[in-house]
Amino acid sequence: MSALKIQKGTSKHSAYDLRDPNLEVTETHTLAAIVDNEPGVLARVIGLFSGRGYNIESLTVAEVDHTGHTSRITIVTTGTPGVIEQIKAQLGRIVPVHEVHDLTVEGPSVERELALFKVKGSGDKRVEALRLADIFRANAVDSTLESFVFELTGTPSKIDAFAELMRPLGLVEVARTGVAALARGA
Amino acid sequence: MTQAMTGAKMVVQALKDQGVDVVFGYPGGAVLPIYDEIFLQNDIRHILVRHEQAAVHAAEGYARSTGKPGVVLVTSGPGATNAVTGLTDALMDSIPIVVLTGQVPTFMVGTDAFQEADTVGITRPCTKHNWLVKETDRLAETIHQGFHVATSGRPGPVLIDIPKDVQFATGDYIAPPAAKTGHYRPQVKGDVEIITQLVEAMETAAKPVFYTGGGVINSGDAASQLLRELVEATGFPITSTLMGLGAYPASGDKWLGMLGMHGLYEANLAMHGCDLMINVGARFDDRITGRISDFSPNSRKAHIDIDPSSINKVIHVEMPILGDVAHVLEDVLRVWKARGRKVNKEGLAKWWTQIEKWRAKKCLRYTNSDKTIKPQYALERLEALTKGRDRYVTTEVGQHQMWAAQFLGFDDPNRWMTSGGLGTMGYGFPASIGVQIAHPEALVINVAGEASWLMNMQEMGTAAQYCLPVKQFILNNERLGMVRQWQELLHGGRYSHSWSESLPDFVKLAEAFGAKGILCKDPADLDDAIMEMIEYDGPVIFDCLVEKHENCFPMIPSGEAHNKMLMGEASTEDAIGSSGAVLV
Repeated sequence: MSALKIQKGTSKHSAYDLRDPNLEVTETHTLAAIVDNEPGVLARVIGLFSGRGYNIESLTVAEVDHTGHTSRITIVTTGTPGVIEQIKAQLGRIVPVHEVHDLTVEGPSVERELALFKVKGSGDKRVEALRLADIFRANAVDSTLESFVFELTGTPSKIDAFAELMRPLGLVEVARTGVAALARGA
Repeated sequence: MTQAMTGAKMVVQALKDQGVDVVFGYPGGAVLPIYDEIFLQNDIRHILVRHEQAAVHAAEGYARSTGKPGVVLVTSGPGATNAVTGLTDALMDSIPIVVLTGQVPTFMVGTDAFQEADTVGITRPCTKHNWLVKETDRLAETIHQGFHVATSGRPGPVLIDIPKDVQFATGDYIAPPAAKTGHYRPQVKGDVEIITQLVEAMETAAKPVFYTGGGVINSGDAASQLLRELVEATGFPITSTLMGLGAYPASGDKWLGMLGMHGLYEANLAMHGCDLMINVGARFDDRITGRISDFSPNSRKAHIDIDPSSINKVIHVEMPILGDVAHVLEDVLRVWKARGRKVNKEGLAKWWTQIEKWRAKKCLRYTNSDKTIKPQYALERLEALTKGRDRYVTTEVGQHQMWAAQFLGFDDPNRWMTSGGLGTMGYGFPASIGVQIAHPEALVINVAGEASWLMNMQEMGTAAQYCLPVKQFILNNERLGMVRQWQELLHGGRYSHSWSESLPDFVKLAEAFGAKGILCKDPADLDDAIMEMIEYDGPVIFDCLVEKHENCFPMIPSGEAHNKMLMGEASTEDAIGSSGAVLV
């Protein structure tokens, strides 16, 4: 995964390589920012999105390098190509942000999300829920005589699909982590 | 080398080590330990303002007129919240300032303590960066990092929030060379490949124009020198935004005057008609571009900017050059010279002929009067009588600000201090105090409107206390002139709350503070009155009663293109359409 060059000051990527700025087509991009793990850094990122009117579809954050005190923020956002380029440039100039990667344009990447589903039911519905969970390779991490909690990992669309199937079978609660993503290859 | 000392002492030591000689501030409970340390030393001068907003504007005036960061010290809670307007102003105009705020002790943070506010939360969106320092051992390094961030890359305001127990506790002081300043290192050298593309475009362009901004001034004296060299060598015309005035001399023959909403006809038409636009440290602000879809439709555009988020934010450019203005201009000159100093002589000659035709319109013409003082006339006389002096000008915000930009000429950078991005009424007076502190012998004039000036009039106390001979040149039309102008153009002449009722007697007001007041209402007396103001050794309020209903022209109505300018005598009825009316 190569860093966007905006931080290093060359002009081949990011804000420079704007596709047609008047293009009003909305795209979804997955961005990863490596940031100093210091108080307020997440507020700066969220404040940037709310203050400038950008969308956040999903956001995850956790420390990834304990010795270097850096965290990785993964953001799924939508906007026109011009807005996406602005978001990257604006993220890049936040002082504690080290790097910004646009996983959607930098090459193939993997995206995963973890979700927990509480499904309540009995009889045929309960059997069907368990059968579908097996097909989706979801694990039952808690069970009572009238409920299951399934754990499922996958792309956001797989999780959406599983939630749709569980709804008529007694889905009562869902918890999702948001997307974590990495570029493929070394 | 580390040295044990209290947090409060560390603050003063860190400021000394950063070369700070003056701090603008106002004491309060949460900064008393720092004020105690200030009391015990003589290296750093503290200027006591009368309101924290003024401390920040004074620091901005100091910073803009010296190129050094301005420093502010205020208390927690209301001290910090009063500083917010100044911080936002400095952020919009890229002014390096370091604001130190006191905070309630760490063990009381979050308890809604007396004079507690979430200062870093409130100021997060209006600073370039801010810090809450929770350990005394981290304090010195944080202050040094603050100076680094404020002055590197695109400059801006930073804020460091220091709880009172951190000020009292003892920790290890780290001097600047040893202090880590973090990974923040913006790129200053531009991409030579794109610089070469720009030079190629410069060699063939028939209708080029330099469009320069505050970035040239922020980049330092070298940038202004290189810009002058490049303009003289190529013979290209040059215009500038409000923020960039003085980077290229107003007396230079390539100078077109300011561009934008109240810019000069020749400057705006050159921007509209050019085939190569070279943006040097400006940001395509909406006061400049007018209607985006009609902005300079037939030009190739280059944009030199140190902030990647400024590039392609508003206007798409073919040649983006990320870097510091001085570094990039040096490379542009070097490459252009190495390739044989070529320009399109024939094209340029035709271009200048066209520009001379636009200039012949004399867009700043106005109808003078021998009965009332026209504001334009007042500024013409101020210019004539102060030119050649060691002069610094600050302004408030409104019509007077635009007239000052049109009628005063600046031949050097750092001589013109105005609130451009945020448009802060009340900026000019405290800014003039900051400028005068930095340049005690200079003639410092704040060109003001009476309404703006009243917003920070309490600073008369500061001017009087420190015997600062700041000249408050108030163009008094008893109106919020620019608001009135827009109400005339947009709201059928219904002047809702745009007049200044119950104005003070400014002469008596000056005298009440022990300053000098001058009232002038007759054009025949104006020169003598201005000379009296200049020659008086002390603060002066000059109450210049001007024509009440003068409008500021030329003007590009909101939502219009550069070539749709309203000139002085033009009919202004229905000049702004409904789509323009929603804009500001």
